[in-house]
Amino acid sequence: MIQEAKRMGREGFFGSQSLFFATLTLFIMYPFVVSDYYIDVAFFFGIYALLGLSLNIVLGEVGLFDLGHAGFYAIGAYTTAILNTKFGIPVLILLPISAAAAALFAYVVCSPIIHLRGDYLCIVTIGMGEIVRIALINNPFDLTGGPNGVYGIDFPSFGGPFVIDSSIEYYFLIWIVVALSIYGLIRLQKSHIGRAWNYIREDEVAAGASGIDVRYYKLLAFVLGAALAGVAGNIYASKLMCVSPESFTFWESCLMFCIVLIGGMGSIPGVLIGAAFISLFPEIFRPFAMYRMLIFGTVMILLMMFRPGGAWPRKRGAAEHPPLHPGKEGIDG
Amino acid sequence: MEVFLEQLINGLTIGSFYALIALGYSMVYGILKLINFAHGDFFTLGSYVGYTFLVFGSSFITAHFGLWGGLMAAMIIAAVCVAVVGVVVERAAYRPIYPAGRLPAVVSALGASIFIQNAIMVIWGPRYQAYPASLIPNIHIQLGGLHITVLQIVILTMSFMLLGILYWIIQKTTFGAAIRATALDKDTASLMGIDFNKVIFFIFTLGPALGAITGVMVGMYYRQISFTMGWNYGLKAFTATILGGIGNLPGAMFGGLILGVLEMLGAAYISAAWKDVFVFLILIMVLIFRPTGLFGEKVAEKV
Repeated sequence: MIQEAKRMGREGFFGSQSLFFATLTLFIMYPFVVSDYYIDVAFFFGIYALLGLSLNIVLGEVGLFDLGHAGFYAIGAYTTAILNTKFGIPVLILLPISAAAAALFAYVVCSPIIHLRGDYLCIVTIGMGEIVRIALINNPFDLTGGPNGVYGIDFPSFGGPFVIDSSIEYYFLIWIVVALSIYGLIRLQKSHIGRAWNYIREDEVAAGASGIDVRYYKLLAFVLGAALAGVAGNIYASKLMCVSPESFTFWESCLMFCIVLIGGMGSIPGVLIGAAFISLFPEIFRPFAMYRMLIFGTVMILLMMFRPGGAWPRKRGAAEHPPLHPGKEGIDG
Repeated sequence: MEVFLEQLINGLTIGSFYALIALGYSMVYGILKLINFAHGDFFTLGSYVGYTFLVFGSSFITAHFGLWGGLMAAMIIAAVCVAVVGVVVERAAYRPIYPAGRLPAVVSALGASIFIQNAIMVIWGPRYQAYPASLIPNIHIQLGGLHITVLQIVILTMSFMLLGILYWIIQKTTFGAAIRATALDKDTASLMGIDFNKVIFFIFTLGPALGAITGVMVGMYYRQISFTMGWNYGLKAFTATILGGIGNLPGAMFGGLILGVLEMLGAAYISAAWKDVFVFLILIMVLIFRPTGLFGEKVAEKV
């Protein structure tokens, strides 16, 4: 029985074990056969994958509208940037600290608003993201460097001789972090936490009535999602060596939102597909110059027309029932 | 006191822009439960259509209609063009997706927004465009210590008239009743003989047309337009919609006005750089204590 479940879990994700190893080999080989430029493209694919995974916890697993996720991403990036440039703390040591800072921020900000529903929560998260961005521009306490941001962030290291300073190493850094996150998130999906989250997504009132602490689990989703976004912020800041408020606009939050929905809510392989779409599409269509975003918009509409559940919707096991009101998405109206 | 009054008038002007855009959001949301992200771009498109009309028809306009007539014509033409675009966008990008639920429609709306924004960029170029100064009346008047322009008064009067007309349409006419009924309960409304498609057609002509008129007014007011400005106005208008209670049309109007006034007073008395923070903080405060907006009704939880 357990063997069976394990096998199904694996097959649901990669089809089969051999396909999994083929993908793995491809990922390891990739940076050795292409130019630095394409390694960087794959790096940003990884960043978007991590951001997508982080928003997927909030939006995909619990069904909370979060259009201000770039705020958490910004907190992570700026924590790294400020602590590294002002106090010289090595970037890799700041990785968990950035995650914790973003998580703490999420906890403080989301505690009073977690009871809001649907679109009201949506606008408050938008407001939160905008407040973070404007605060960064206005340079409070002379910390954030205003519109120019913070420059001169170190390469990731623990302070010793081990330093990540080439595109290939960055590529492996981000994808190892993504792989670990995916592993953790799959475990989380199957745990009682993941089930509680999905229950809240499908029917919040019933979940509360069955003894699930709705408020606690919603906050937990925000805190974990923010922590993961903080990790992405840390790696992003050290890769670009500078951070500025322009990287954390409402538009960025919208992109993350699209990653989750294009891939399929709550589906981890879906997030990877969505991130690939968002990050690779503009590269592939570069020859079309100014028309490429026109094509991008059109493709987004077409995708939703033909695959409204996402490119790789989450498979529902026998234990999970389809939503009670199809078309209403389980999120309150 | 003068500063206060001047800022109040500025705030009401900007607030009426927000209110007019917010109406478009709120109507679509009320009927379809869809956050129409493309709405801010309808507004930008209107602004650019009005700009083109004014630039290319300038000599003709001043010769035949006078300055004010030209501006009116620009607004009407922008409204008609954008209304057509609105209906086309609804048919092409939203209608096929309704059955799939709300969230895919949100992504589709974002896609439509990206499309319109970039279409504007491709057509008119990525740089700022300036409304021709010679075509916009620039008369200042002193009222006691108050310093206002005639243009501002005209804009204020026009937007309040439009808001009034809209209020009348929605609250007093049969068609308005049909819209409100559909917003309340789509299925029952169609059983009562209300044509759902007609209602959708109506809100997707009226909303974008209002947005386009606002776009021309913003162009006259600030003189400068850019293809990305729809994002900012759209965001503020959406905030106004929520502040007033989503789907509640008079609420959206008041929400817009309140937002504009707060923003301007915040800019004058607190800090211009932090005015948006101020606006969003107030929004968050309002929602913490009134989770369905200022004028939102307490809706019983559907189980």
